[in-house]
Amino acid sequence: MTLKEIRDLLKATLLTSTPDLSRTVHSAFSADMMSDVLAFVKDDCILITGLCNPQVMRTAEMLDLAAVIFVRGKKPDENMLRLAEDIGICVMVTDLTMFLTCGKLYSAGLDGVDGGAA
Amino acid sequence: MSSSLRFEYQVSGEDFTRAGEASSDIKHKLKQMGVNPTAVRKVAIAMYEGEINMVIHGGGGEILVDILPDKIVMDLIDHGPGIADIDLAMQEGYSTAPDQIRSLGFGAGMGLPNMKKYSDEMDIFSTVGEGTTVHMVVNF
Ligand SMILES: Nc1ncnc2c1ncn2[C@@H]1O[C@H](COP(=O)(O)OP(=O)(O)OP(=O)(O)O)[C@@H](O)[C@H]1O
Ligand SMILES: [Mg+2]
Repeated sequence: MTLKEIRDLLKATLLTSTPDLSRTVHSAFSADMMSDVLAFVKDDCILITGLCNPQVMRTAEMLDLAAVIFVRGKKPDENMLRLAEDIGICVMVTDLTMFLTCGKLYSAGLDGVDGGAA
Repeated sequence: MSSSLRFEYQVSGEDFTRAGEASSDIKHKLKQMGVNPTAVRKVAIAMYEGEINMVIHGGGGEILVDILPDKIVMDLIDHGPGIADIDLAMQEGYSTAPDQIRSLGFGAGMGLPNMKKYSDEMDIFSTVGEGTTVHMVVNF
């Protein structure tokens, strides 16, 4: 899916000046624990989270994530958005809950990160 | 790169919002130097986990980074409470982080095992009451 398709599906608001919304992503991971994100995310992926602090951007930076989607209308502050712009990460916010956000993206074909199978 | 480069960072134990700045800076530098992306990612994740630990457990400290032609060597040094049982601390899921840290998104007990996974060499030197040094190497 492209970032643009994701934004439209979630009726999300784009909060960064992401130049390329046609960028394609294949998988997503959702968590409020950045510890888990750091331990399980392997490849080019987006993060869906309800946690809203600067370490979300830092975590995304270290993992080279394409985008961060904040659920339940959680709006990052200016400092976090500046960080996101510096890093070059796409940030969106949706009013949907975590469950509905994940459900819609999964139904539309976005994959999970393997690791839960064992 | 013909010789080695050294970088030093002071990590504040007071300011959680700034944790990760050192790791971010090193990640940029390695990218600029043209180090292969897999190695850059390994360094970024391992060093960031270590930097977060210094802030949430160690009360801050100092990070020394040596970039050599074929590898990067990181020493994360704090003067916090130390780790009494290193083998226990290395186990997945073991954490002494309080709930307040968990509400910030950390404290699942995944950091040290993840640092081991993403580094090619890792040694922990720790004395209770004196502090902790985590030594990591990632080969390019
Ligand atoms: N620098 C340090 N100083 C003192 N204790 C530490 C230090 N680093 C780790 N520890 C101890 O080892 C435990 C395990 O560390 P680890 O990084 O694996 O998990 P965590 O930091 O608690 O949670 P997570 O990394 O998943 O956010 C910590 O809870 C803490 O008790
Ligand atoms: Mg940790």
